[in-house]
Amino acid sequence: MLEFRDISFRYAQDEQPMMENLNFQVEDRAFVSIIGASGCGKSTIFRLINGLEKPDAGQILVDGKPVQSLKNYSAFMPQKDLLFPWRTIEKNICLPMELAKVSAKEQKKRCEAVLRQAGLADYAQKYPKDLSGGMKQRVSFARTLLSGADMLLLDEPFSALDYLTRVEMQEWILHQWEHYHKTILFITHDVEEAIFLSKRVFIIKDRPFSEMEPVDIPLAYPRNREDLKRPDIVELKEQMIEKLRRSVSL
Amino acid sequence: MRKHLPAVVVTMVLLLLWQGIAMVVDAAYILPSPIQIMQKLWELREPLFLVHLPATMGVTGLGLLISIVFGLLLAVSMDWNPKIERALYPVIVASQTIPTTAIAPLFILWFGYSIWSKVLVTILITFFPIAITVFDGLKSSKREMEELLLTYGARKKDIFLKLKLPTALPNFFSAIKMAIPMSVIGAAIAEWLGAQKGLGYFSKRMMTQLDGAGVFAPVVLLSLVAMAAVGIITVLENKLIQWRKEI
Repeated sequence: MLEFRDISFRYAQDEQPMMENLNFQVEDRAFVSIIGASGCGKSTIFRLINGLEKPDAGQILVDGKPVQSLKNYSAFMPQKDLLFPWRTIEKNICLPMELAKVSAKEQKKRCEAVLRQAGLADYAQKYPKDLSGGMKQRVSFARTLLSGADMLLLDEPFSALDYLTRVEMQEWILHQWEHYHKTILFITHDVEEAIFLSKRVFIIKDRPFSEMEPVDIPLAYPRNREDLKRPDIVELKEQMIEKLRRSVSL
Repeated sequence: MRKHLPAVVVTMVLLLLWQGIAMVVDAAYILPSPIQIMQKLWELREPLFLVHLPATMGVTGLGLLISIVFGLLLAVSMDWNPKIERALYPVIVASQTIPTTAIAPLFILWFGYSIWSKVLVTILITFFPIAITVFDGLKSSKREMEELLLTYGARKKDIFLKLKLPTALPNFFSAIKMAIPMSVIGAAIAEWLGAQKGLGYFSKRMMTQLDGAGVFAPVVLLSLVAMAAVGIITVLENKLIQWRKEI
């Protein structure tokens, strides 16, 4: 379980803090989305979790232990694929394992398995330039997965894709989540995407924020796009959009 | 071949123009024609190819090699530690304001007519583009990629080996392509100023004999060798880095 306990944070160059005394929890194996207007601090939450930024006050705990004392508890997937153009797809995916000193044989085995699961088995020896945007994001996800962490932090991974690819990738990622039993934290500004994917959505409304409003999505897994047309879901979506709009106009 | 056609045409036109002007001027000690130069190259083939070319190549090769090692060492250490960058960068730039031809005679006083006085001139001219271009390459790696590696638990050494080095590889090739002609120029200048053999020395000797074609022949030879070397590096570069445009 991930827990933020009274976290306060301000970027050195900003006058206003980003968050003050923020508390929230994410259960293991949950699919949780965070939505909010751009610049509201969604990505900062990820930077705090993976240690790229240090909180000014408070503690971040994973399974009750402070993250400073842990290694390899989370893996980050950025918005841009950030694949290394000089490495083949296989070598790109192996990067986190190389850094974790996993044996070459084991790397190859895990890489093959994950590429097969991602439907990219034929692309192991290709270079990133040979792949489409959607495929690159799948590779990027595979790389995140093979870091071995149980918590995946996905920062708007599909926002740069065209609509049809995005819809396809949303279904794909749910499939992967059900297969690998990981905890996923997913940043997006697309309300429909958040509803379709998540068990729970956190809405960031102000800045600085000290709480995120949790919204539980009343849909079971596996999900179907048709579910999004249910009247209660449509209603929920409208409510969430309304909340976000109010926060933007502040 | 077709893509080289414009270059071939321009070169031919320039050579024809040169030949024409030289024939009108009709004073080989001032302006020898391309044909006269080729004839001279053929006449002097034995001393040029067996004595003077190897001597100059020795200076160029040694100078280039030391420049590469020295330049890379500077680039890497400046990238490694900003304090080193602040200390060395201005000195490196200042070193290029020294008029090499003016202080080269000093090197001959220090090292005599040995190969080292000439190698030093070559290094002084050549290490600079290597150090600066490679340093820029190391600095140009993407911050986001570096952060991604940090989230995987990468250390400074990992970031250098897995991100910075590959990012700087295209710059390294550019640096070598710049450095080759400069090292040839450096060696030739050094030989002009004081040597007992070498193409620069040979050219100077021909000058004292007012042999225009004899001055040009070693120069042409030098250019051809430099062009061939740059060509080889380019082929190697295209083989090794096909992802240049993807960075």
